[in-house]
Amino acid sequence: MKRFLLPLITFLLLVGFLAVGLRLDPREVPSPLVGKSAPEFSLPQLHEPEKVFSPKDAAGKVWLLNVWASWCGGCKDEHPLLMQLAQGGEVPIYGMDYKDRPEEARAWLRQWGNPYRVTAVDETGRVGIDYGVYGVPETYVIDRSGAIRYKQIGPLTEEVVTRTILPLVKELQDK
Amino acid sequence: MIPEVGHFALILALCVGIVQGTLPILGAAKGNLAWMRVARPAARSQFLLISLACACLAYAFAAKDFSVLYVAANANSQLPLPYRLAAVWGAHEGSLLLWTFILTAWMVAVTIFSRHLPEAMRARILAVMGLVSVGFLSFLLSVSNPFERLIPAATDGRDLNPLLQDPGMVLHPPMLYMGYVGFSVAFAFAIAALLGGNLDSSWARWSRPWTTVAWCFLTVGIALGSGWAYYELGWGGWWFWDPVENASFMPWLAGTALIHSLAVTDKRGSFKVWTVLLAIMTFSLSLLGTFLVRSGVLTSVHAFATDPKRGLFILAFLTLVVGGSLLLYAWRAPRVGLGGGFSLVSRESLLLANNVLLVVAMGSVLLGTLYPLILDALGLGKISVGPPYFDAVFVPLMTPAVFLMGIGPIARWKKAELPELGIRVRWAFGISLATALLLPLVLGKWTPLIGLGLLLATWIATTALTNLRERLTRLPGESVFSRLTSLPRSYWGMMLAHGGVAIFIVGVTLVKGYEVEQDVRMNIGETTTIGGYTFRFDGAQEVRGPNYMAARGTFHVSKNGQEVARLFPEKRLYTVQNQTMTEAAIDSGIFRDLYVSLGEQLEGGAWSVRLYHKPFVDWIWGGCLVMALGGAVAIADRRYRFARREEHQGVSAASQAAGQKVA
Amino acid sequence: MTPWLFLLLLIPGAAVADEAKPLADNPHVEARLKALAVELRCLVCQNQTLADSNAPLAEDLRREVRVMIAKNMSDQDILAFLVTRYGDFVLYRPPLKATTILLWGGPFLLLVVGAVSMAIALRRRQKKLTDGSLSEEERLRVERLLNHKDSSPA
Repeated sequence: MKRFLLPLITFLLLVGFLAVGLRLDPREVPSPLVGKSAPEFSLPQLHEPEKVFSPKDAAGKVWLLNVWASWCGGCKDEHPLLMQLAQGGEVPIYGMDYKDRPEEARAWLRQWGNPYRVTAVDETGRVGIDYGVYGVPETYVIDRSGAIRYKQIGPLTEEVVTRTILPLVKELQDK
Repeated sequence: MIPEVGHFALILALCVGIVQGTLPILGAAKGNLAWMRVARPAARSQFLLISLACACLAYAFAAKDFSVLYVAANANSQLPLPYRLAAVWGAHEGSLLLWTFILTAWMVAVTIFSRHLPEAMRARILAVMGLVSVGFLSFLLSVSNPFERLIPAATDGRDLNPLLQDPGMVLHPPMLYMGYVGFSVAFAFAIAALLGGNLDSSWARWSRPWTTVAWCFLTVGIALGSGWAYYELGWGGWWFWDPVENASFMPWLAGTALIHSLAVTDKRGSFKVWTVLLAIMTFSLSLLGTFLVRSGVLTSVHAFATDPKRGLFILAFLTLVVGGSLLLYAWRAPRVGLGGGFSLVSRESLLLANNVLLVVAMGSVLLGTLYPLILDALGLGKISVGPPYFDAVFVPLMTPAVFLMGIGPIARWKKAELPELGIRVRWAFGISLATALLLPLVLGKWTPLIGLGLLLATWIATTALTNLRERLTRLPGESVFSRLTSLPRSYWGMMLAHGGVAIFIVGVTLVKGYEVEQDVRMNIGETTTIGGYTFRFDGAQEVRGPNYMAARGTFHVSKNGQEVARLFPEKRLYTVQNQTMTEAAIDSGIFRDLYVSLGEQLEGGAWSVRLYHKPFVDWIWGGCLVMALGGAVAIADRRYRFARREEHQGVSAASQAAGQKVA
Repeated sequence: MTPWLFLLLLIPGAAVADEAKPLADNPHVEARLKALAVELRCLVCQNQTLADSNAPLAEDLRREVRVMIAKNMSDQDILAFLVTRYGDFVLYRPPLKATTILLWGGPFLLLVVGAVSMAIALRRRQKKLTDGSLSEEERLRVERLLNHKDSSPA
């Protein structure tokens, strides 16, 4: 009479997957760029538009690339954390102002503080496409060789910073 | 104060539900009549209590009581009253309350229409439904309380999701839930029969009308949802294989299989084990649908409640209900008899084959819906499974199913002969093939899919006519009319429902094959012609709605110089949630829809405009309505009414034999 | 709105004419874009295709795809461009690979399982019925008796 148990077994298998699925965030899309080298670009700087910023300028160190915009609500949520991180000085943070008006971005930074060494301006969002940006804010950890090691989609949280990003940065710096 | 009354009513209903779910079952097991008789009054008082709770919530919405969290989150002082009332089921908590309300309404229906049932059977049925309601009520009271207070009260509410501010959305959830929850009756019948060990053909006959009614509601509910997507989302699509759509489609497929399997069990006593499994499966899929929509495990436009705690609760409940029933099934099913015999080629086996196809189709939809989740759970990456997959999988599975749909009703019960069957349908097949090959050429374009669609639709129609003609020649009677009217309603119901499928296929085939879409940039006074219709844009004005601002465009549509319609598509900005909505304007017709939606305003009063000419698109929903109508006609069959009265007098077997002769 | 304005720049001298202009300057490119975009998932609004979505990112990606089409890139190359940036998630038609074999083969497998179990069930049934089967009349009689017992209150 084992065959009458088959529906039950199939169902329990399904429940197992659903239970695991409950703990996952369906909106989070892992980036295929992790492990690959950060796409090259050359964009004008926010505060000195005549100068450009390119990932090459940060080559040789471990750094964070934070994609943000003045119109993005989540960016304000994570902003205090970025300020803290910048003051701590463990890792340099570079910003990418994504699909934004430079004057509004500058005003935003004046109001809330500027955690970035340099902010590059991606007004059209073209470079954002190369980085697979789909939900601002996003944060990338890039290693000495220029490869992306981690990507955070959505606002940083205390937990992500202390449990994931800082240990990873330390490990990469020690290498 | 009123919300607290509602909250208290829910708590009382839970207590009543616990009694209803336990005493009658114990009574039925021990033969204690008094305990069994608790079921009926308990079910009715539960219904009254839940109705009271619903009324309290509706009152809170009507009175704009923004001290209730749920009201503040889903209404606004500017929101018109009808939408405020519909907001009762506009989000998670309220839609679960609606679910429970409909469940108790079905319970009351069972207490009214079950006088012919043995006391023990009725007690068990109501107890099973009571247990389901206990699950939902504890869910409501623990993690989804619609009466939770917001202190301090909000000055104004956050408004109802603009997507839901539409008449179609007002009706869609109640209809859909009537279907979902209606399958709980068939489920309760099956569990009661398993518990009582009386899984026989009278069980099948009793649950048939209930299953059919639920199926009708589900059919209409799905059609309403699809119609809503068509005109509300602004891009003219009517089915997207979205997880939530799939969640309603899976119980529909299983329910369709159940209806056919019940017919065999009722008339021939066969497939009992399979039928009871299908009854469990259909309701389980309804619960699974609720889980998928409410837990947020899958991304979807609809999944507005994403709370892991809630998901965990529903999953635990799902495991308990479905796991328990399947365990009961594994324990009891082996002892069930086989019923009437039949040969390998017979109406029984054709129906069984169709059942297998429907369940395989359902399984494929389930697979496609859950596969991304399973991969993710195993850490194997994220993928998307969308329309290209489902179209590729579904059409090949449905083609043989529709083919069998033509033959099944023609084949004899018990034993049919293949060569003879072939001869009887050769004309039907010839006509279908000719239509499939030639009609598209007349319409202007032939593709394999158009040909296939027309082949299947004509096949259903011509085999139905063959069937009708054979029936009529066999029937006694003077005029054709009197012979037509002497055919039982269940027969007409089947013909209508199958005809609905044919109409649906015509709609899908022609709109996919011949629709024309045009994205244009229109200045005031400019024209565009598609499908023979000329659209002239006469500019857009600003209009004010109760809770939105809109730009309303004016289009004159003419054909051969004659005005056909004036269309007023809108681009609305709902101010509270700062959300823009595209309200398409549609001129519907039997043979075509003209569809206009506004894109963005460009400089100088010009607009980007999307225009569609959609031939036969309304046949899609028309077909669904005809299917549901077929179900309604079938349950009006004399057989059920006679059976009910006569069984009441205790002569059920005679009526069953009589029923068999008529049908 | 800005993306549409951008498009406008591409339309040379959008003069007021009686016949409305198609939004796209090149219908050929637009047809290919449409064919591609209906099978791509918009990442921002996640349950719409790239063709239907009005999200700004969708607009940008459509613009990007138009540029690639104009450069005469093949469909595979365009899809590869998107997949390297966003992963398989953007494809509504999952690519056939080791992890999706069950997805694509599943329905067929289910059909085979269904057909085989139906055949087994029918054969088993035939065997059981031929050992001591009841005639139709006997079956009805048994059922009548059983029904009778059920309908009286237990």
